[in-house]
This record gives sequence, structure tokens and C-alpha cells, in this order.
Amino acid sequence: MEILTLLKSNKTLRTATIVVLILLILATLPIYTPDYTIVLLSSILMYVVLTVSWVLFSGPTGYISLAPAAFIGVGIYSTAILGDSMPFPVVVLVSGIVTIFIALLVGALTLRLKGIYFTIFTFGLLELIRHLVLFLELHLTGTRGRFVIAQDFITVYFYMLIILAVLLLVTFLINRSKYGLALRSIGQNEEAASHIGVNVTTVKIATFVISAFFMGAAGAVMATRWTYIDPGIAFNMFFSFMPVMMALFGGMAHLYGPIIGSVVFTYLEEFLLTKLPELYMMLFGAIFIVAILYLPDGLLGVIQKGWAALMRKVRKDNLGGNHANS
Amino acid sequence: MRILEGENVCKYFGGLKAVSGVDFHVDHGEILGLIGPNGAGKTTLFNIISASLANETGNIHFDGKKITGKKAHHICRSGIARTFQAVKIFGAMTALENVQVALLFGCGTKISKKQASEQAMEWLEFVGLLKDSSTLAKDLTIANQKRLEVARALATNPKILMLDEVIAGLNATETTELMALVRKIRDKGITIIMIEHVMKAIMSICDRIIVLHHGEKIAEGTPEAIASNPTVIEIYLGK
Amino acid sequence: MITTILDILIAGLLMGGIYAIIAVGLSLQYGVARVFNVSHGEFIMLGAFGTWILFTAFGINPLISLVMCAPVLFLLGFYIHKTIFRTLLRSSKIIEIFESKSMLVAFGLMYIIQNIAILVWGSDIKGYSYLNSPVNIAGAVFPANRLVTLLFALLIGAVFYLFLSRTRMGKAIRASAQDPAAAGLMGVNINQVLALCFGFGALMAGFAGTLLSLCFPIKATMGMEYTIIAIIIVTLGGLGSIVGSFIGGFILGIISSLVSYIEPSLTLVAYYVIFILMLLIKPKGIMGK
Repeated sequence: MEILTLLKSNKTLRTATIVVLILLILATLPIYTPDYTIVLLSSILMYVVLTVSWVLFSGPTGYISLAPAAFIGVGIYSTAILGDSMPFPVVVLVSGIVTIFIALLVGALTLRLKGIYFTIFTFGLLELIRHLVLFLELHLTGTRGRFVIAQDFITVYFYMLIILAVLLLVTFLINRSKYGLALRSIGQNEEAASHIGVNVTTVKIATFVISAFFMGAAGAVMATRWTYIDPGIAFNMFFSFMPVMMALFGGMAHLYGPIIGSVVFTYLEEFLLTKLPELYMMLFGAIFIVAILYLPDGLLGVIQKGWAALMRKVRKDNLGGNHANS
Repeated sequence: MRILEGENVCKYFGGLKAVSGVDFHVDHGEILGLIGPNGAGKTTLFNIISASLANETGNIHFDGKKITGKKAHHICRSGIARTFQAVKIFGAMTALENVQVALLFGCGTKISKKQASEQAMEWLEFVGLLKDSSTLAKDLTIANQKRLEVARALATNPKILMLDEVIAGLNATETTELMALVRKIRDKGITIIMIEHVMKAIMSICDRIIVLHHGEKIAEGTPEAIASNPTVIEIYLGK
Repeated sequence: MITTILDILIAGLLMGGIYAIIAVGLSLQYGVARVFNVSHGEFIMLGAFGTWILFTAFGINPLISLVMCAPVLFLLGFYIHKTIFRTLLRSSKIIEIFESKSMLVAFGLMYIIQNIAILVWGSDIKGYSYLNSPVNIAGAVFPANRLVTLLFALLIGAVFYLFLSRTRMGKAIRASAQDPAAAGLMGVNINQVLALCFGFGALMAGFAGTLLSLCFPIKATMGMEYTIIAIIIVTLGGLGSIVGSFIGGFILGIISSLVSYIEPSLTLVAYYVIFILMLLIKPKGIMGK
């Protein structure tokens, strides 16, 4: 009973309990669900990781980064190169750390660019890395693409789940700390933020790097699912668009938004890919445009509006009922 | 006692001399007015002091230490706070959060978020915004947004507060109230530099005034001396 | 040695002309309409396929297609702006939000147009041969169509420049680029001007598509490559500047022929290195203010 009252009064504790319960349910799923569900869930988890880590930086600051594909690609290639030279958990960790270094370099170079210029830069970065890797493979190693030591789908699933759990914890801690406030202030007015003592460069780079780490780690895990990779597969522009689309589609006002967005969008992707493969891109584009035009706050906005309207109606009905009684 | 001192400060935009060879000083505890026609270089000088802009030549010393070349957040933490000509508040954050950020990052001492929240309420009360603490900053009136900007600057625990046209665009009542607030800030022992266009306000409140014109300092003195200075009169009334 | 340098320069200039036309449209769409149109390459692809069909199915001379395909694309661009981007403009509170959202909408457009093109024409490489006879320029040998392309690129660029600087409409466009609010006050129908600008951008893409199809093989997925080239040139020359697009186009053309002379597989890497250096040193471009 005491626990229940505590849960009722403390919102953070309540949310944390729900999240932990969901994660626990997800962790036990492989025991009683068919294999294809686990494979699909792994994809969903990957996109949730990508989208949540994209929103971690781009959400509050408003810097639209098209770098995710670059970071995922770095993760994928690190795993491919490391192969089985070390245990898999270490491979994932090292891939994430390699991504951190790339992100540090990129962040230090680019985060003084504003608005569209930052976006263009991150876009160019992806292409630069891809063509560089292509060139190096052609001229140094004389290969095109590599094989990755495969992991079974259950392992992939659990690694994604662990990455997601850590990411959610980190996001929660950042948003609750003073750095969460600083990030938002940077998004609102960077100049003012610096004049009240926020070291905007450090805060931006640090968050950018943290977000990149998770993207790199997710890429490292996914690499084992594809078994064969080349620069075109690893550094695929698609992985830059998807987190942006999913975040906008879900809504960024709350952490639920990107999660809902990526779950719905991944499912939609699977559905369209299997049922209407030849119209897949077109429908995807159309849904995306409609979402941007008519869902300014994403699905989350729609849900919140619907909920508010429902609450109003319930309250009104109750009031009406009371009147009838009296 | 001189708290802030600048010598031969210059800033060019292309060929244009925005600030050219200006020497200035600010005494501890005074209210210094900075006046001059549009484009005289007043805001540019503010931007140089607060490190929004880098100056080409000249040095600025604060409390005896050289501050030229430092980053904006260092300047703020060392004790110089500012407001902006066009308000730069964090629109989608509440008034309380606006001030909280300043306390957490600008005041120089480490405090918890809870302490920051309590102190932020005190500052909001000081500027008269207590009842608006949970209002989003963008929903405040212009006068209240300016108060919020002042509260945010004060929350960084400054020795010097630079106010850039804090009463521009306000009506008579709001102006009187804000001027009273400025006096209240000075009474706390904070030195104030203010840029203002409204002559009546600045003449009544300032201890000393510096007049800039085309980036150069053309006069300096008490309000009375400035009011009777023939060069200043010529600039303001036209030839 | 001298002849090699001359060869490289001439090849670069020939390439530069078409690069410039590729970039002008994007520059205009961003400079005035504030849409960073990442589906620009898709419009180029449509222009190229239009020309290809007219040539292979109806035997129409590609140079005549120049005035047939591009106007259709103008209308397409015009109506896309009137419907989609105007809705977005109305719902965006500040221009930065419009900029980022319109770019994302353009990604959606890119997917839609590319998908339709694959459905209609398949995804294999197409091409035709026109004016392929070799021409000798100062010792260097090129297909005649390259020369024709350069001439038309310069002609289109010059006509468009005159249109912007001399006509009433052109002045309204330039005024809107500098200060939309003031232009609106002066009696410029700003919504109309923005839609026209987006249309003109598509028109330029159409010209570029026709000219490209003269010299190079085409395919339904070619768009992205040219969008990227356009982005690089526009960054070099300065967003919104026509002269800048031409300068950037010729610079990139010369770089491309220089690098492909030294090490062909590094051409794209060189593009991006220059692009990234430019963004870091002078993000507003050569002609940027």
C-alpha cells in the first residue's frame, strides 16, 4: 500500500516504474513470441535508439543534423574491421568510442555553423566519409565491402534492448539536469545563453558526442545482422532521414513522441515493404509530407489534443449528470 | 574606484568605423549613461565588452584584470551581465526556467536545481514578476519580458549590469516603474551602464554620461555638463 | 605540359556550364522561396527523361525539347509551391522553422518523384546519341554536344540574369529575396512571387535535365547525385546568387577535370573536401554577403 501511495505522489518514480516494466516485458518476449516478431522488434528498437539519440541533441537545440547515417556507418565499419578480434560486447563498446572521436572532430568543426548551413554540412560529411572509405578500400585494401561475423537474432535483440535502456537512462538524466535546461536555452537563443554563462560550445559538442555514441553502438550491433557490408550499405542516407522523419512524425515535445513515432513508422515501413514494395517509397514520401503539413506537433500532439478533448467531455458529462440529479 | 576601464577600443565593419579609439572608465557603484545618435557605436561597445564581438585594437580591464579575448560565458561568470536591445529571452521556457539557467551557469557558485529554483523566485519577486513565474516567457508583455531579461542578468550575480535600451518601446507608466527598478538595482551595490534614447530618463538617473558619435567619444561628464555641451546640442538638434 | 593544362581547362569549362545550370535553380529556390529543395535533382531527372522520350519515341530534336520539357516542369514547380509550400509557410511561425520543414518536405517529394519514375521507366540506364561527332578545340577533342551544352548554358544563364535585372517581375523577385515584408508593402504579391520562383527553379532544372541528357546516360535514380552537385556549387558560389552559381559551376568543373586527370576515383572526395572547407572558411559562399 505504501508503495502505491508513493507511486501516486511521485511522477518521476511512476514513469520510471512503467519504463522498467516495459523493458522487463520486452526482455522476456523471446521466450514466448515467434522469431520473426523478435527480428521485427530488433528493427523497431534500432530505430527507437536512433530517433531518441537524434532528439537528445537536435530536439532542444533545433540543430537539424543529417549526420546519423555517418555515425551508424562508422559503427558498422568498426565492427566489420574489429571482427572477432575481441569479445562482442567490447566490439560494440569500441565501435561506440570510435564514433565518439569522429563526432568530437565533427562537432568541434561544425557547431559554429547555424541553421541550414549546419544541416548541409552534416549532409556533406556523410558523403565525404562514404567516398573516402570507398577510395581507401579500392586503393589500400583492394576490396569492395567486407563480411561481418554474424550474431544470432536473439543476441542482436538483447544488445539493442540494453543500448536502449542505457540511452533512456542517459536521456532522462540529461533532461533532468541543469544541462537539459542549458540545451533548451541554446535552442531558444544561443547568444543570450552564452551571455548568462552557458558555455554553449561545450554543451553542444558534449551532447552531440553522447548522441553519436549511441548511434555508433546501434550501428555496430546491426552490422552483425547484415553479414555483408560495403560503403553504400553502411553509409546510407536513409539512416539520416529516418530518425528525423520519425521524430517529427512522433512529436518532440516529450520523450514519448520519438518512441511512438519510431514504433509506428518502423511498423509502417515493414508493412509497406512486404505488401506494396513497388509503391513503398512513394507512400512513405506522401505520409511524411502529410505529417509535416498537418501534424505540427506530431502524433503526440494529436494524442494530447484528443486526450484533452476527452477529458473536457467527461467533465462536462459529469457536470450535466449532477445537474440532472439535483 | 575604477571597476571597468577601456583604452583605445576600436572595431571596424569592413571600412566602417563602428567604434574608433574610445577610452572609457566606469566607477564602482555609479550609473553611467551611454548616449548618441543611431549608429554611434553604443551597442557595438556593449558587444565588445560582453565579448559578442572581438575588438581590433585596445584593451579592456575589469577589476584590474584584462578581459579582452575572453569568451562570452567567462565574461558573464566574472561579473559582467547584460540585456539586449531587442529582447532575447528563452520564449518556450517559463520565466522561472529563464532565471534558473542564469543561476545554474552564470553565478559562479555551484548550486543545486532546487536552490536555483528558490533563488530564481527571489529574483522574479525583485523585478515584480513573481506571479508570472510559470508563464512561458513568450507570453509575457514586452515590459515584463524586459523585466525578465533584467532578472536573468541579475541572477548571474554581476558586479556590472549593462542595460541596452531597457525602456525603449514602453509607455510612461512602465518607464517610470523600470527606472525605479534600475535605482533599486544600484542600491544593491551593482554598477550600471545603460544605453538609452529617452533623454529625460537618462538625464534624471545617470551620475555620468558618455556621448558617442560616429564611433568616437565626443563628450563625457555629468548630466548637467552634457546638457549644456555645444557639440552634443549640435548633434542632437542638427546643424 | 601546356596542352595538358589547356585540355584540363577546356574540359572543365565545358563541364562547368552544365554544372552552373544545375545549380542556378536550387540557388533561386533557396535564395528567394527559402526552400532548400533536395528534390531538385528529381526535377532534373524528369527533364532528362522528357527529352529522351521525345527524342526516341517522336524523333524530336533535343534542342527543341529544351523549350518543351522545362515549361512543363515550371508548371509542376509552381503548383507544388502553391499547394504544399504555401500551406507550410502559413503554418510556420518563423522562417527558420519553414526552412527546416520545407527541406524535409522536399525529401518526401524526392521519394515520391523517384518512385514514380522507377515505376514508369524502370531503373536501368537509358541514353541516346545526338551531335556526337568529335570537335577539335585548341588541340583537345570533344563531342560536339558538349560545346552545344556550354553555349546553351551560357545563353540560358544570360537571359535569366537579364530577366532578373531588367524586367518588372525580376525586380519584384529580387525585392522579395531581400525583404519579403517590405516587398509586400510595395504591392508585390509575395505568395505569387514565391511560387513563381520555385517554378523558375524547376524550369532551370528542366533545362539542366535536357542538356544533361545530350551528353550523359540517364536513369531514374540519377537525381540525388545532381542534387548534391548543385548543393556543393551553391555553397561555393553563395546561396541565392546567380553569378555565384556560374562561378561555382566553373570552379567545380575545372576541379573535376583536374582531379579526374590525376586520380579519377578521387573526384567526388575532392568535391566534398572543397565543399566542407568552403563551409568552414566562408559559409556564405564566394558571392555571399
